[in-house]
Amino acid sequence: MSRNPYVREVPRTTWYMRNRRYIRYMLREVTCVFIGLYAASLTVGLVRLAQGPGEWAVYVNGISSPSGLLFSLLALGFACYHSISWFNVTPKAMRIPRGDDFVPGPAIISAHYIIWGVVSLVFLLMMGVL
Amino acid sequence: MSQRQITFEILRYDPETESEPRFQAYCVPCEEEWVVLDALNYIKDNLDGTLSYRWSCHMAVCGSCGMMINGEPMLSCKAFVRDFPNGGSIRVEPLTHFPIERDLVVVMDDFMDKLQAVKPYVIPKKKRTVEDGTYKQTPKQLHQYQQYSMCINCMLCYAACPQYALAPDFIGPAALALTHRYNLDSRDHGRPQRQEVVAAHEGVWECSFVGACSEVCPKDVDPAGAIQQMKIASTVDWYLEHLMPWRRK
Ligand code: SF4
Ligand code: FES
Repeated sequence: MSRNPYVREVPRTTWYMRNRRYIRYMLREVTCVFIGLYAASLTVGLVRLAQGPGEWAVYVNGISSPSGLLFSLLALGFACYHSISWFNVTPKAMRIPRGDDFVPGPAIISAHYIIWGVVSLVFLLMMGVL
Repeated sequence: MSQRQITFEILRYDPETESEPRFQAYCVPCEEEWVVLDALNYIKDNLDGTLSYRWSCHMAVCGSCGMMINGEPMLSCKAFVRDFPNGGSIRVEPLTHFPIERDLVVVMDDFMDKLQAVKPYVIPKKKRTVEDGTYKQTPKQLHQYQQYSMCINCMLCYAACPQYALAPDFIGPAALALTHRYNLDSRDHGRPQRQEVVAAHEGVWECSFVGACSEVCPKDVDPAGAIQQMKIASTVDWYLEHLMPWRRK
């Protein structure tokens, strides 16, 4: 009997279209682009602030324009998606011993949300929003 | 007991006469409690004796009957036909990401090599003799690795892993989960020997944490979890080695 194994090629550029799990994964990864863009926008803001009140006012005008607001809203939405999808998989990476067993997954996930909430609150307080 | 006619579209490939695989349809009268493997056995016994596939235990223990069923990697002995949409046909293909040997049989050499590369056995600190007696392990020590010891080497996780498809050198989910299993075993001292494979690029760092392996695993092994934990351990190793060189042995 002769061997002649057949290799099925995987599409190298569209592989993530093959099933829902891969699309979900790609969404998680792609959302970080918006977080990066938002961070870049913040950096530009810092530079403008250093340049003087005139430049700073132009920057503030820019981010409070309809397109600036839309961008912030999008970035916020994607940042939430990104964070939530990562929080949900944290128990996989964290096995925290407790007695003979481990801390259950839902407790680890909840702890992340609590820390997120507390940190956000502290920032909002610091900025005088609350 | 109710019976229903189900069409199975099965990917066939004869390496001696064909240049590529093709689908062949079989109509099978399925009983309510049948799994896909029962239908394959029915085909083999009654319709077409040339159909090739692997199986043994028929109870999700041996790990040999993994296939793509309607595009999902599954154990065919655990996939009940009643769970598939009524009236539709069921598509059965060999596990994806592996070369096809014949029909539903895949070439598993690559997986076997990777399994061997991680030394999936207890490597004791010093050889034990019969006089030394048995190893003792507390329930807590057993619990550390038990989940990862449930692997039946069915390779469903490799079929689910897009990273393995794109970078075939990747050691892959099951072999890494087994590495973790032995590293966590209180009787074992082989971690330094395995670390060379684990910490390499083809080891844990090739994993981008898609998590599909853990979703398809029929034994709840959670290879994705094992890999992330090993990433953390490898990172800690790296920092200790570079920031505290005096610790280096
Ligand atoms: S980890 Fe799960 S899916 Fe992968 S080979 Fe082991 S039992 Fe199968
Ligand atoms: S036949 Fe053994 S796992 Fe399915």
